[in-house]
Amino acid sequence: MDELDKKIINALQDGFPICDAPYRQVAEQLGLGEQELLNRLKALLDNGTLTRFGPLYNAEQMGGALTLAAVKAPKERYDEITDIINAFPEVAHNYARNHELNMWFVLATETPGQIQQTISAIEQQTGLTVYNMPKNKEYFVNLKLEA
Amino acid sequence: MLDAQDRQLLEHIQLGLPICPQPYAEIGRLCDMAETEVIERLSRLKQQGLIKRLGVIVKHRQLGYRANAMTVWNVPDHLIKQLGGHISRFAFVTLCYQRPRQPEWPYNLYCMIHGKDRATVLQQLEQLVDACGLSSFDKEILFSTRCFKQRGAIYTTKVLTHG
Repeated sequence: MDELDKKIINALQDGFPICDAPYRQVAEQLGLGEQELLNRLKALLDNGTLTRFGPLYNAEQMGGALTLAAVKAPKERYDEITDIINAFPEVAHNYARNHELNMWFVLATETPGQIQQTISAIEQQTGLTVYNMPKNKEYFVNLKLEA
Repeated sequence: MLDAQDRQLLEHIQLGLPICPQPYAEIGRLCDMAETEVIERLSRLKQQGLIKRLGVIVKHRQLGYRANAMTVWNVPDHLIKQLGGHISRFAFVTLCYQRPRQPEWPYNLYCMIHGKDRATVLQQLEQLVDACGLSSFDKEILFSTRCFKQRGAIYTTKVLTHG
């Protein structure tokens, strides 16, 4: 990833225009050719620097639900628990954290009712208690990270 | 309200926008819609907030953001709104949420900071605690040590029909 890739990522984190020739518009702002922008973007997706280039939907407005959950996974069962939890398609992110509650994951489901169903299934398959921490209130979300 | 054509559009773009000079015309071809209609509908969905954002979704570890601290505080309920608002004004804060307390987990205010190294993140956190008057509240700092899975949340046709 070079400086130009970084500029492209930063510009496209701010948003992508909805108009007839959006790539040309972005390319002009960045001072490069449209084809070069298309090539670079394809390369960043192919090499895995970018997860996706597209929309981020508001889960709740779409009728879906999200929650943050955590478990206390015993050290000797850590890999097994990781495999069980990651196998659920509802698990969007999963991180190890340095605490007794050492595995933290986000569940994204198509309906609010499926959150509890997924939690129950995880509890049943792992034998662990799942701490469920849905948001009560969102104060701030900044999705942009400077490349 | 979403109609059938909105749903069809959202379904077609959920995995990504076409990377070609006229992406919305391309989507229109796939959905049997005119380019102008695709542009009008997507603009409206964006304005309504159903499309939160359109653009690149980064893997933060790939960009060098490896120090990811989730800090949780147990603050009195009557102060949480004010404290949440104050924390959110710091540019280095990426997320700030109120979440319910749990048995053996008394924390209700969550703040995420994504940084490139732990020392910097800890300094930023100290600055935050001082400025917001958080020092007297119980807190824990949980750094992520490994990322096992990160995907964009994907919603299928089924979700869209619930919308």
